[in-house]
Amino acid sequence: MYKRIAFTAGFAGLLAALVLSLLQGLWITPMILEAETYESAVEAHTHTADALIHHHEETAWAPDDGWQRTLSTLGGNLVVAVGFGLILAGLFTLRAPSQAWQGLLWGAAGYLAFCMAPSLGLPPELPGTAAAELTARQGWWVSTAAATACALALLFLTRQWALRLVALALLALPHIIGAPQPAGQASLAPESLQHHFQMAALISNAVFWIVLGWLSAWFYTRDIAENT
Amino acid sequence: MNSQSLPTTSTASISLTQRLIAASLACLLGAGLVFLAGFSHIDAIHNGAHDTRHSEGFPCH
Repeated sequence: MYKRIAFTAGFAGLLAALVLSLLQGLWITPMILEAETYESAVEAHTHTADALIHHHEETAWAPDDGWQRTLSTLGGNLVVAVGFGLILAGLFTLRAPSQAWQGLLWGAAGYLAFCMAPSLGLPPELPGTAAAELTARQGWWVSTAAATACALALLFLTRQWALRLVALALLALPHIIGAPQPAGQASLAPESLQHHFQMAALISNAVFWIVLGWLSAWFYTRDIAENT
Repeated sequence: MNSQSLPTTSTASISLTQRLIAASLACLLGAGLVFLAGFSHIDAIHNGAHDTRHSEGFPCH
């Protein structure tokens, strides 16, 4: 059973991470790099002003632009994809898909919980966008994803109407509370780039989740007769 | 053809408790990995997974 979970999450995660990385490399990263040119232009301006009193700050490691950054992002994608794959494979041990296509539904659920619902309050943003305090946003993001995931489970995996009403409340609650917003809306990158980026991120994540869900179910069901 | 195994699927032959434990462990480990790459406040991890965070729509800065 554990072997199957690891096998499913590992292979499905690896392949889904490769698909995501491809979409990123071709579509998303160029926009992040473009947004960073606006960001670094502002930083260069403010830094020259206080260059004289500049002390050597200890800066943390960051990948150099180019292959280092690409590899580092690929690594990040892999960790995230295997992580989500483990969650899916774990849930499969409780409710196993009988056919690989059922994974598409699991993928769609993952997309709704971990991408769509949080992005309603906190849309994907380019570097250099004004935002509320990080921990508050992370808290809202995680709570929204968790509430949405629970709501979807109650909606689709139970048959009691009372629980389904609870599910609807759980779906709505994070958005009634509202995501932490910055004091003023400001973005260094032009609005068109911001919109284009949001669309690209939402579409790429949809592809990622569909691939991850389908492949997880495929590996899981493929292995079902062979291992315990 | 010469298989002697019972016609039950492995999922059915494992007790619910064992499956619950496995599911919880897998979900915890999975969430831990997502947190590490997507939510950690350690600067080096933030920088390394920066583009991942932005494209997955995780709060980043």
